Amino acid sequence: MSTEVQLLNVQIDGVWLQFPKGTKVIDACQQAGKFIPRYCYHPKLSVPGNCRMCLIEMGMPKMTPDRKPVLGPDGKPEIGWIPRPQISCAQDVSEGMGVRTDSPMVKECRQGVMEFLLINHPLDCPICDQAGECRLQEFSVEYGNAHSRFLERKVKKPKNVELGPRVTLDAERCVLCSRCIRFMKEVAHDDVLGFVDRGGFSTIACHPEKTLESNYSLNTVDICPVGALTSTDFRFKMRVWFLKETKSIDVNDGLGCNILIGSREGHIYRITPRENNDVNGNWIPDSHRLNFKVLQDGSRLLHPTVDSKKSTWPEAVAAAHSQLKAASKLAMVVSARLTNEELYLAKRLASALHITLHDVLPRVGEPDGILIPADRNPNTAGARLLGATTETPGSQLKDILTGVRNGTITGILSLGEDLLECGFTHDDLAKLKALVATSILPNATTAAAHVVLPGAAFAEKRGSMININGRLQRLNKAFEPAGECRDDWEILSDLLSATGQTHALHSVEDVFRSMSQDVPAFEGLNLGKIGDLGLQLLTKPEAATA
Amino acid sequence: MAYTVRRPNLTFWEKLYLPNIVAGLAITFNHLKKMLKGETHVVMQYPEEKWDAHLPEYYRGAPTLVTDEHGRERCVSCQLCEFICPPRAIKITPGSLPSDSQFAKVEKAPEAFDIDMSRCIYCGLCEEVCPEQAIYLRKDYAVTGESRADMVHHKDKLYELGGTMPGLVHKWNPDK
Repeated sequence: MSTEVQLLNVQIDGVWLQFPKGTKVIDACQQAGKFIPRYCYHPKLSVPGNCRMCLIEMGMPKMTPDRKPVLGPDGKPEIGWIPRPQISCAQDVSEGMGVRTDSPMVKECRQGVMEFLLINHPLDCPICDQAGECRLQEFSVEYGNAHSRFLERKVKKPKNVELGPRVTLDAERCVLCSRCIRFMKEVAHDDVLGFVDRGGFSTIACHPEKTLESNYSLNTVDICPVGALTSTDFRFKMRVWFLKETKSIDVNDGLGCNILIGSREGHIYRITPRENNDVNGNWIPDSHRLNFKVLQDGSRLLHPTVDSKKSTWPEAVAAAHSQLKAASKLAMVVSARLTNEELYLAKRLASALHITLHDVLPRVGEPDGILIPADRNPNTAGARLLGATTETPGSQLKDILTGVRNGTITGILSLGEDLLECGFTHDDLAKLKALVATSILPNATTAAAHVVLPGAAFAEKRGSMININGRLQRLNKAFEPAGECRDDWEILSDLLSATGQTHALHSVEDVFRSMSQDVPAFEGLNLGKIGDLGLQLLTKPEAATA
Repeated sequence: MAYTVRRPNLTFWEKLYLPNIVAGLAITFNHLKKMLKGETHVVMQYPEEKWDAHLPEYYRGAPTLVTDEHGRERCVSCQLCEFICPPRAIKITPGSLPSDSQFAKVEKAPEAFDIDMSRCIYCGLCEEVCPEQAIYLRKDYAVTGESRADMVHHKDKLYELGGTMPGLVHKWNPDK
């Protein structure tokens, strides 16, 4: 902060504290350790103040006729309490303000609001996907009543409504907080949701002839404090309390949105965004969130193969090495989807095998102006920093292809890329004397490769990547690799051993340590120091275009 | 801690053992006489005869799933029993009810419900935790099988054992 921020004195539950000007009362209370229940308030959205859950008792300093605060015996201003409750989300702190968050009036207000919110609630927690992370459940226990006094018939509202291809609405569970409406309008810039009907019949609906099909629609499910909006994909799949949440990053584009991987027994059930205000805020695009499906459709490569026959790891690594050694001239195609540790080992392996020609495959798409950048590779910056590619990624691919076509290059080591995507044809692949490929999913290259070494998917490995803005971020391992798959760093260090190099790389931490000794940019760092939110590694933010 | 057990001080007749042997034999012959006369009935001929008639109301046998008087499977696959189960014997695959179903309001029903009876410890926590009154420990105790797979009770078996239980809470009344 370059400019001095004015600090204001605020009394919260009898304790005088200081908060910067502009802080909302609800945030100030939370910072003071007094959590205020809320449904509609979300720090990243505008404040409508319509759920009434955050009611507090508020007071302003008593003033003398000459507008001086009246001081009490303790030298602090005396507070004149406003006799009715105020909402704390739509109110900034001001000098001498007093707040009571647990007075009898506040408690009674919260109880009353909870009772109103639950009047038409279907109480179907056993079938509701939100159960376990539902604000209605939590606040009912903490601030509500155990019994219902409501004897009349509940209002019927539409259930199981498809708002869009990925979002399902149960209007009976909705508390009309309008978070989803505001999100679509203010963040996704696709104003499709709104309220229809009045009073007890009021519900959320899409505007006529529109559907909730924005690529950010699933974020409305995340911010929905109750079970009204649910993900059609995750619906009824698994109860949330079974999910182990692993902090990791998204690998579908160069930004590297921070995510939580919700998995159980080696199976990913959902991916949700994780707050990181330096990267993705609280959101991620739907396309990235649902992209884990390709790993679980049963097509994964599960064991190493030599000449299309199932093999063991020691055999496959030995076969890969003898293949590569026999080739007269080698080239290497590296994926910019690999982690820094893997790229570093790939570079070491390249020099051990005397490979001078190597490059990554650039992936460029249309940026969406919100979170998806043009660069669709998650670690282009890392590949550049570690020397796996040049300043213009992909520029060497043409040389490799020409070399293969005129017969000077007879062997290719492909690390996680499909050569067909790099411009090769099936005939080019058939011409190669040696083709060794690591991959997660089968493709034309693995079909043509003499040795296939199956690697670990993003949820199965630990490592680091550098995003387009030069931020070093960490992937964490949610579960063990499927089948006989191995972490890529393990495969690469085994290949490195096979070339006769001695090294002491026994864990991914060792690889990082070795990398931090060899690459000045990583000096003094380790995987632990990166932290859950990452750290800015490269000062110069690189252009968003690859 | 080691300690010494004092031997009883036996009288002369007790040291002889004979009187006690005679007394014991007398009891045995007495029983033999009653058996021959058909007055006592000592051995239960299991499995032709069973304990079933003597089982108390609160007996905890094999866990089963029940349907209600409308024919609805009461389980909505909330997976609380799976969560509470101490030996992790329960495995549920949740599924949804088709929208044209008679009970479409419930929306959810188990696609698969497996209880591994070789793991079950008959603790009854699943019955206690169930918010839908769908799982009950009935009086089946002789659960046998020739393999581990045989010991897993699948959904059909669980409903077969559980049967119908009328008079439970009618929670999913579509009019309410």
